[in-house]
Amino acid sequence: MIQLHDVTLTYSLHPAVHHLSGSFASGELTAITGPNGAGKSTLLKGIMGELPLATGTLTWGGIARREVAYLPQTVAFDRTFPMTVADTVLLGGWHWSGGFGAVTEALAERARAALALVKLEGFEGRNLEALSAGQFQRVLFARLILREARVILLDEPFAAIDERTTRVLQGLIRRWREEGRTVIAVLHDLEQIREHFPQTLLLAREKIAWGDTAAVLSADNLRRARDMAERWDDRAPICAREDAHARGAA
Amino acid sequence: MTLQQLLVAPFADFGFMRRALMACVALGTGAAPLGVLLLLRRMSLVGDALSHAVLPGAAVGFFLAGLSYPAMGLGGLVAGVAVALLSGQVSRSTALREDATFATFYLTSLAAGVLIVSLRGSSVDLLHVLFGTILAVDSPSLVLVGGIASLTLLTLASIYRPLVTECFDPGFLWVVDGHGRRYHFLFLFLVVLNLVAGFQTLGTLMAVGIMMIPAAIARLWAHTLPGMMLLAMASAWLSGFAGLLMSFHFHLASGPAIVLTASALFILSLLIGPRGVLRRLFPRPHLAD
Repeated sequence: MIQLHDVTLTYSLHPAVHHLSGSFASGELTAITGPNGAGKSTLLKGIMGELPLATGTLTWGGIARREVAYLPQTVAFDRTFPMTVADTVLLGGWHWSGGFGAVTEALAERARAALALVKLEGFEGRNLEALSAGQFQRVLFARLILREARVILLDEPFAAIDERTTRVLQGLIRRWREEGRTVIAVLHDLEQIREHFPQTLLLAREKIAWGDTAAVLSADNLRRARDMAERWDDRAPICAREDAHARGAA
Repeated sequence: MTLQQLLVAPFADFGFMRRALMACVALGTGAAPLGVLLLLRRMSLVGDALSHAVLPGAAVGFFLAGLSYPAMGLGGLVAGVAVALLSGQVSRSTALREDATFATFYLTSLAAGVLIVSLRGSSVDLLHVLFGTILAVDSPSLVLVGGIASLTLLTLASIYRPLVTECFDPGFLWVVDGHGRRYHFLFLFLVVLNLVAGFQTLGTLMAVGIMMIPAAIARLWAHTLPGMMLLAMASAWLSGFAGLLMSFHFHLASGPAIVLTASALFILSLLIGPRGVLRRLFPRPHLAD
């Protein structure tokens, strides 16, 4: 189980995620939602270690890093990169092939099966640049399938893709839950969250609510999240909790 | 003038032309695939920056040992690697992006290099350092350039998968392997090593031309990464061959002639390549499904 204790993540001293504590339920689907600038993607980066924690601790509960898969937003990728669909998906088998080992027929077969699961049979030889945004996202999901990760972090996995592709990918996520994997996804669509994600963290730089989706996405909580100030106050004093902590340490 | 006199005789009759051609082939073999990876990482100008970064080290070598290529090469290697490491470190620990730190370091390096050379040598020496002396490549230099090309190809073949993964999705490599930065620095080391090889023959300012222009040519034709690398190598070889002939027949400086030949190939590719300008202007046949 991934546990956060008093986690703060900052950009230029300003807290993007502020003193967040809680734990992601193991083997469960958890959505992270909130208004723009709420710190959702920042939190995923913090969990993955791409951003250092300004305060607090994060424990993985015995999960090794290679058992964690992370899918950033697709805008982070160069979709003109000269690589085939098969080669991209096969990267998901890194744990078995390594950086230098051969791709076995068994691994290639698993890659083909993963492509079939995302409805991209026969796309193996196609170049990435010939794919639509939705097809590209499905290729990245096929790569995730090959990872066989225990924990899967997704950053806006359904952004800019059509309804049919969304349904295919939602089916995959449900399947991961049935297999006992933990999925944490940054999402905006509240209906989608209510329908598919039993757990939700509502974030507005600070935790508004975290727990059962129906309770978290109440009108009152959503209004509180909406009221979050997007602007940073450049004249804000040092966080009082930091001050108290420093005094305690002294 | 027969075709034989035009294309073959200069190399058949003159040893310095043969050695120059072999140096170009070796350079293109090592540098062009690296150029492809730099281009795909959107780091084309970093190659340029590193080529300038080699200069102060080479200049210190020149200052201490005169026009000695081993001394200048070693100095260039040390300076280039230092700038690559420092730029990466500064961009990770400050708000500056890697391209900005590279630009700052290379301008500093260029100024320092020119200053050091001017303290000791004449403007002719400075021209040697800046534009190379490919027609005076001797056998030890040829062995060095060939050795660097071989080392580059062997290293690229060994770390091909992590390197390409780091290019496409560095975050993924970090998660699955944990050694992303190691491959990045090894790659930058190879870039500097090839620039040092290139600087002996083409000079610091021209060396990057044989690395980046063939890569840009290949991008306009090839659809796969291995295809791009092979095509970039072939473009570099052709540029070396044609550039040396131009230099021989028209008494032009060899380094710029080689780079300008590559530029001519680039313009041609820009016009007629499958990803070039003209293909966009004319309708193309397409399949029924």
